[in-house]
Amino acid sequence: MNTTYDVVVVGAGPAGLAAAIEAKKTGAGDVLIIERNDEPGGILPQCIHNGFGSVIFKKDLPGPAYAYNFIEEAKTLGIEIVLDTMVLNITPDKKITAANSRDGFLEFEAGAIILAMGCRERTRANIRVPGDRPAGVFTAGTVQRLVNIEGLMPGKNFVILGSGDIGMIMARRLTLEGANVLKVVELMPCLTGLRRNYVQCLQDFNIPLSLSTTIKRIIGKKRVEAVETVKVDESLNPISGTQETIACDSLLLSVGLIPENELSKKAGVILDPLTGGPAVDENMATNINGIYAAGNVVTIYDLVDYVSKAGMIAGTNAALYTMGKSSSPKYYRLIPGDGVRSVVPQRINTSNIALKSSSTEILIELRVLHEFDSKVFIDIMDGDKVLYSHMEKYARPAEMITLRVDTSKLAGATGDLTVVVSSK
Amino acid sequence: MERKFVCIRCPQGCEITTTLNGNGAITEITGNSCRIGADFVKAELTDARRTLTTTVRVSGGTRPLCPVWTEKPVPKDKVLDLAAQLRTITLNAPVSAGQIIIKNAAGTGINIVASAPVMAPGGK
Repeated sequence: MNTTYDVVVVGAGPAGLAAAIEAKKTGAGDVLIIERNDEPGGILPQCIHNGFGSVIFKKDLPGPAYAYNFIEEAKTLGIEIVLDTMVLNITPDKKITAANSRDGFLEFEAGAIILAMGCRERTRANIRVPGDRPAGVFTAGTVQRLVNIEGLMPGKNFVILGSGDIGMIMARRLTLEGANVLKVVELMPCLTGLRRNYVQCLQDFNIPLSLSTTIKRIIGKKRVEAVETVKVDESLNPISGTQETIACDSLLLSVGLIPENELSKKAGVILDPLTGGPAVDENMATNINGIYAAGNVVTIYDLVDYVSKAGMIAGTNAALYTMGKSSSPKYYRLIPGDGVRSVVPQRINTSNIALKSSSTEILIELRVLHEFDSKVFIDIMDGDKVLYSHMEKYARPAEMITLRVDTSKLAGATGDLTVVVSSK
Repeated sequence: MERKFVCIRCPQGCEITTTLNGNGAITEITGNSCRIGADFVKAELTDARRTLTTTVRVSGGTRPLCPVWTEKPVPKDKVLDLAAQLRTITLNAPVSAGQIIIKNAAGTGINIVASAPVMAPGGK
C-alpha cells in the first residue's frame, strides 16, 4: 500500500469497481479502492437473485456472478483493494484519512477521488411507525444479509411494509427458505418496485399485496407479536374503521434508500436536495475539482447495470483529470421542469461537449413526479426551443427513465436547459 | 378470451394481452416490445418456467453459505420442491464459481450451479 495514488475510489460496490477498472484502462497509474466490508462487491454478494446484467453483459445473472466479473477484472488489471477499512475524512484538496484494525490510522493523497459509497436503507425511525419497540423490526436489506450471507433466519411469520424491489425479493426469498410471508402492504396507490418483481416474487407464491395501506402500530413487548394495518386515503391519511391486526413475529421495512454522503459533505461537495446526492455534470464531476461521484451515492438507480455505467463514466474522467486532459468548464444547468422530479446530471459542461469527438452520447437519468398512463414525451428545452425529444409508452415514478442524448443535439444550447414531461 | 401478463424477462416489464380462441390457442398478442415478450406469454400458457436462486450450506469455508442458481429456468411447479431439497445439502469448501451442485435437478435436465466461489481459509 502506497500513500499516494493517481485515483482513489471510496467503495468497492458496482459503481466503485467499474470506476476503478475504467480509470485504469484510461491510463491512470496507481488505482486504489478503499472498502469497509470484508469483501468487494458492495451489496451484490447478498443479492443472490438473478436479473442483473441485461444492459452490460446482455445476460441475466445473479448478483454475486455480476460482481465476480468486475472483481476478477479489477484483480487482472492490478487494482489495489484495501478491505475492512473505513474512510473517515476527505478534504477538498484530495487528502483521505482512513482506519482499520490492521494498520491503524491511514493517510492517502489522491490525484482524483471517486465517491462510490452507495446508499443505506430508510429505517423505522425515518418513517416514524408508532407503537411498541420490540425486537423483530428489520430493514429488508438487513434480513437479506442475515439470510443470504450469514445463514440466519430471523423470524417465522413476516409482514413487509413497502413494495420496493428489495421487499418483494425478500418476500420470495423468505418463502423459499420455509418462512411465511403473510402480506406486503404499500402506502402508495401503486407499486414502488418493478412490476416483474410483483409477478415473480409475490404472485407466483400467492403473497397478498395491499396498496394504499400502511402500518399504524407495532404490537409486542419483547418480540413483535402483531402489526395493525390501516387503509389510507388519497392524501395518505388513515381511514378510521379500516384497521386490521395481523399476528406475526417480524416486520420488514422496504421503504426506500438514502444516498450516503457524509464524506461528500466533508469534502465540500454540493448535494442536490432532490436526489440527496452530489450534483454532477455529464462526466460525473462534482463541484470540487478532481472529485467525481457515481452510483447510488448520486441518485437511487433501479438497475445495477446503470450504476456500473455511471462508474465507468466517472472512472474515465477521473483518469483524464489526473492526466491533465480535462477542459475548463462552461456549465449550463439541467433543470427538472413540469412533471419531472429529479434529473442527473444536474449540469452539462458545454466546453466538454464541443471537444468530444469519439464519445457523442451522454446518459441523462430522470424520475417523473406522478404516473403517466399513456404515451409521454420527454423534452429538453432551451427556452421555448426543443433541443431533444424522446417518447415513452408510459412513465411511472418507480421507474427511472434513461435518455441517451447525442451531444450534437445540445451543442447549440444558449443557456440553462429544462427537462419536461408531457402527454401532449 | 383475453389474458393479461406482465413479462418478467427484462426490467422493462411489458404488459402483454393475449387473445385466446375457444380451444385455448393464441390468436393475438399485443403490448410486447420484442419477440421475447411473445415467447414469454406462449410459455406462460403452456410451460411456465422460473429461475430459482437460493443458497446452500458450506462447511469449512470462509462463509457459511454458497449462492446457487438453476442454469436455465425450471418448470414453475418444481421451484418450491427444489428449494426445499437444497436446504438439506451441505457442500465442502472450496466451491468454485460455476461448479455444478446438483446435476439434472429433479429430472428437469437442468443443473444447479454456484453463482460465486466460497474459499477455504487461506484463500484456496
